[in-house]
Amino acid sequence: MVLVLVLALGDLHIPHRAPDLPAKFKSMLVPGKIQHIICTGNLCIKDVHDYLKIVCPDMHIIRGEYDEETRYPEIKTLTIGQFKIGVCHGHQIIPWGDLDSLAMLRRQLDVDILVTGHTHQFTAYKHEGGVVINPGSATGAYSSIAYDVNPSFVLMDIDGLRVVVYVYELIDGEVKVDKIDFKKTTAVTHSAY
Amino acid sequence: MISDGVEDEDKWLAAGIAGLQQNAFYMHRALDSNNLKDALKYSAQMLSELRTSRLSPHKYYELYMRAFDELRKLEIFFKEETRRGCAIIDLYELVQHAGNILPRLYLLCTVGSVYIKSKEAPAKDVLKDLVEMCRGIQHPVRGLFLRSYLSQVSRDKLPDIGSEYEGDADTVVDAVEFVLQNFTEMNKLWVRMQHQGPAREKEKREKERSELRDLVGKNLHVLSQIEGVDLDMYRNTVLPRVLEQVVNCKDDLAQYYLMDCIIQVFPDEYHLQTLEELLSACPQLQPSVDIKTVLSRLMERLSNYAASSAEVLPEFLQVEAFSKLNNAIGKVIEAQVDMPAFGAVTLYSSLLTFTLHVHPDRLDYVDRILGACVKKLSGKGKLEDSKATKQIVALLSAPLEKYNNIETALKLSNYPRVMEHLDDGTNKVMASVIIQSIMKNKTCIFTADKVEALFELIKGLIKDLDENLHDELDEEDFKEEQNSVARLIQMLYNDNPEEMLKIICTVRKHILIGGPRRLPFTVPPLIFSSLKLVRRLQGQDKDTAAEEASATPKKIFLLLNQTIEALATVPVPELALRLYLQCAEAANDCDLEPVAYEFFTQAYILYEEEIADSKAQVTAIHLIIGTLQRMHVFGVENRDTLTHKATGYSAKLLKKPDQCRAVYACSHLFWVDDQDSIKDGERVLLCLKRALRIANAAQQMANATRGSSGSVMLFVEILNKYIYFFEKGNSQITVAAIQGLIELITTEMQSDNVTSDPAADAFLASTLRYIEFQKQKGGAVSEKYEPIKV
Repeated sequence: MVLVLVLALGDLHIPHRAPDLPAKFKSMLVPGKIQHIICTGNLCIKDVHDYLKIVCPDMHIIRGEYDEETRYPEIKTLTIGQFKIGVCHGHQIIPWGDLDSLAMLRRQLDVDILVTGHTHQFTAYKHEGGVVINPGSATGAYSSIAYDVNPSFVLMDIDGLRVVVYVYELIDGEVKVDKIDFKKTTAVTHSAY
Repeated sequence: MISDGVEDEDKWLAAGIAGLQQNAFYMHRALDSNNLKDALKYSAQMLSELRTSRLSPHKYYELYMRAFDELRKLEIFFKEETRRGCAIIDLYELVQHAGNILPRLYLLCTVGSVYIKSKEAPAKDVLKDLVEMCRGIQHPVRGLFLRSYLSQVSRDKLPDIGSEYEGDADTVVDAVEFVLQNFTEMNKLWVRMQHQGPAREKEKREKERSELRDLVGKNLHVLSQIEGVDLDMYRNTVLPRVLEQVVNCKDDLAQYYLMDCIIQVFPDEYHLQTLEELLSACPQLQPSVDIKTVLSRLMERLSNYAASSAEVLPEFLQVEAFSKLNNAIGKVIEAQVDMPAFGAVTLYSSLLTFTLHVHPDRLDYVDRILGACVKKLSGKGKLEDSKATKQIVALLSAPLEKYNNIETALKLSNYPRVMEHLDDGTNKVMASVIIQSIMKNKTCIFTADKVEALFELIKGLIKDLDENLHDELDEEDFKEEQNSVARLIQMLYNDNPEEMLKIICTVRKHILIGGPRRLPFTVPPLIFSSLKLVRRLQGQDKDTAAEEASATPKKIFLLLNQTIEALATVPVPELALRLYLQCAEAANDCDLEPVAYEFFTQAYILYEEEIADSKAQVTAIHLIIGTLQRMHVFGVENRDTLTHKATGYSAKLLKKPDQCRAVYACSHLFWVDDQDSIKDGERVLLCLKRALRIANAAQQMANATRGSSGSVMLFVEILNKYIYFFEKGNSQITVAAIQGLIELITTEMQSDNVTSDPAADAFLASTLRYIEFQKQKGGAVSEKYEPIKV
C-alpha cells in the first residue's frame, strides 16, 4: 500500500503572535516524508510559506485574515485517495467554532473531511458520515477565542477507505500524540447530476 | 638580453641538463670500474653546470635536483672506497683539488657526509669546516643551493641528544651552532639578491626571492626538530640569534617571512614563554612589514592552543599574555601612523578572539579592546572602507557567538560606540546579527533597561538613521528586516507584570518613531504581546492587585488604543480594524463594557470611512459579526446599536450574494447558545427572511441581465440556516416554513430557465440526507424532524 501522509496545520501567526515554530515540531517536519500539506491559513509571511514548501512541495493553502498574501483562495476542495477534503480558514463561518455551522459547510462542499482553523483549538469530530478537523495553532499563538493554547498540528494517514488522524500537541515541552480512526462507507463517486 | 626570457632559459636549462647527463654517464662508467680519479674528474665536470648564472631559481632547482641525485651515487661510491682501504681524510683532501670552487665544495660536502658517518672525526669539526668553507660562494642563488645541499646531507648527522653522533666533544650546542650559522649566511645571501640588478626589475627579483624563501626557512624547521632544543636553549640561544638576524637584515620580505616562520614552526608553549622577546622585536622591524598579519597569526595560534586544553590556561595567566599582546599591539598602531582602519581592526579582532578563548570571564578585557578600537576609529566618522567594516562586524559578532547571551554583549559599554562607526548599511547588518543571536538562544529574560539598551543597538532597523537619506533597500529585504524585528518583539518577556508593562512601553516608544513603512510590521506584535499581558492579569486575583499598580488591563487598553491609532498614518485600515476587534474581545473578557464599546466604535468608523474595496469589506464584516456574536459584556442598548449597524453594513455590500450571506450570518447575533438572554427567535427569522428577499432579488437580476436565473445555492444555504435554528429550538421557525422552502427550491431547480448547478444540487441532496439522518437518530431529535417530508 502506498503511504499517503497529509499534514494539516495553520494559524501560525508568524511574526505577529509567535516568533517561530517550536523546535520540536521543526525537527519532526522532515522533507520527503509527507505527500501533501493542507494549511488553514494565517502563516502569515512568505518566509513560512517557503519553509513549508521545502517540507513538501504539494501545498494547499487557504487565506486567513492576517495573511500577507491576499491571493490564496478562501475555500478549496481536493481529492486525496478515496477522500474528498475541503479547506477553509473559518473566520467566514459564524458562529466561530460552532460545529453545526461547520457541518453545514461540509455538506455544502460535499466533502468527507472538512479542515478549518481560526479558533486555535485542536478538535476532531466525527459527524454524520464525515469528519470535521481543526488542527489548532502550530505555534500555540494567542487567540481571542481559546485560552492556554498548546501548539498542535495534525497528520492524516490516508489508506483506502480509512483515515487515521494523528494529532501532535506540545504540552509542557513534550510532544504528545493522539489519534482517531475514521472509515468511510462508499468510495468517491462522480456527481450523478 | 633578459627580455628574451623564458624561451632562452629553457634552452639553457636543456643544455645544462644535457651536459650534466653526459658527464654523469662517464662518471658512472668510472664508478663501475672503481676508477676514483676519473670519477672525480667527471663529477667535477658535471657539477660545473651548476656554475651557471643564466637560470632563474625555479629552473636552477631542476638542474640542482639532478645533480643531487647523482651525488647520492657518488656518496655510496666514496663509502665503498673507504672500505676498500682509502682513508677518508685522504679523500677529503683529494676532492679539494677540483679546479673550480663550486664543484669543489659540493664534492667536499659529499665526502664530509661520509666522513661524519665514519666517526673518525667529531661531527662538529667537520660541520664547522664545511659551513665556513661555503663562504667561498657569495653568489646568492648558487650559494643558497649549495648551503641547502649542506643542510640536506647533514640533517641526519647532527650531534643531537640521543643521536649516535653525540659525544664528549659533540653536543647539541654544536648542532645548534652549525644550523644557526648556516641560516645566518643563507639569509644574508637571500637579502643580497634584493639589491642586485637594475631597479626596473625589482618585481622580478622579488618573485625570484619568494621562490627561494623555503630554502632559508628550512633551517628554522631543522632547529625545531632538534630534540635537544628545549625551552631554555630556545629562549637563551636560538630565538635571540634568529631575531638578531631578522632585525639586522633590515629587509622587509625576509622579516615578514621569517617572523611568520618562527611562529609557525616552533611550539606554542615556547611562544608563550618567550612572548616578551618575540613581541619586542616587532617595533624594530621595517615599517613596511605587514606586522599586523604576523601578530594576528601569532594570536590565532595561541587562541587555538588555549582552546586545545584547559590545562594550559593557567600558563597564559602566569605569563600575562593578554597585557603583553595588548601593549604590543598598542605600540605597533602608535608607531605606524598611516595604518589604515582595516589593519587596526584586524589586530583588535585577533586579540579579541584570543581573549574570548583564554579569558572568557574577563568582560573588562573585552570592553577594553573595544574601547581601544573606538579610540583608533574616533575622528574618522563613518567608515567607507568595506574591508574595515567587514572586520568590525566580525569583531562585534565574536562576543555574541562566544557568550550566546545578549545580556553579556549589552554589558559592554564600548559595544554601541563601535557600532557608531559603521555606515548605515553595515549597521543594519550588525543589528540583524544581534537579533539572530537572540533568536537562537531563547532563554533570555529581559528587563525594560535591557530592552532599552538593545533597541539602541539595533536602532538602524527601528528607524531611518539619516533623515535625508532614504535607503534604496529592496522591498523583500526590507520586509525580512522588519519581520525579524517583529519576531524579536515576541522574545521580550518578563514574568513580572509591572516589568513586562515597562518593556512594552519601551518597545512602543521606539517603534512609534519608525515611520509609516515600519509600523505595519512592528505594531501587531506589540499589540499581541500586550494582549497576552492583559490575559495574565485577568488570571490574577483582583483583590491582591495593589492600588498603585500601574499594570492594569484598563491602562493597557488605553495604551493599545493609542498605539493602533498610529496605524492611521500609514494607513492600513484593514489591519487596524482587526486589531481593534481583537482588543474589543479582550476587553469583553475583562468585563470592561465602555472600553469594548469604544474599540467597536473605532472599528466601525474604519469600516465606514476607510475600507472601500468590496472584497475587503466582506472579510471585515464577517470579522465584525463574528466578534460581536461572542460579546457578552454589552447591555441591551449598546448591543442593539452595534447589531443594527452590522446588519445595515451587511445589506449594503456590493454584490447580492455577499449581502445575502452576511445578512444570514447576522441572524446569529440574535441567538447565542450559552446566554439565554440572547435568544430572540423573531429577529432571527426576520434576518433569514431578509436574506431570502435578497436571494430573490439576485435571481431576478440574473434573469433580467442574463436571460436565466442564477443558481439556487443561496436558497439552499438559507434553508440550512432555517434547519439550524429549528434544531436549536427557535419556535418561530416552523415545520411549514422549512417545508415551504424545500418546495420552493425543488420547483426552482426543475424550472427551465434556471442555470443548472451541480454543487447546489449536491448541497440540497446532502441537506435532505441530513434531515433523514436526524429523523433516524431517535429521541427528541427524531420527533422534531419527523413532520418534515422530503
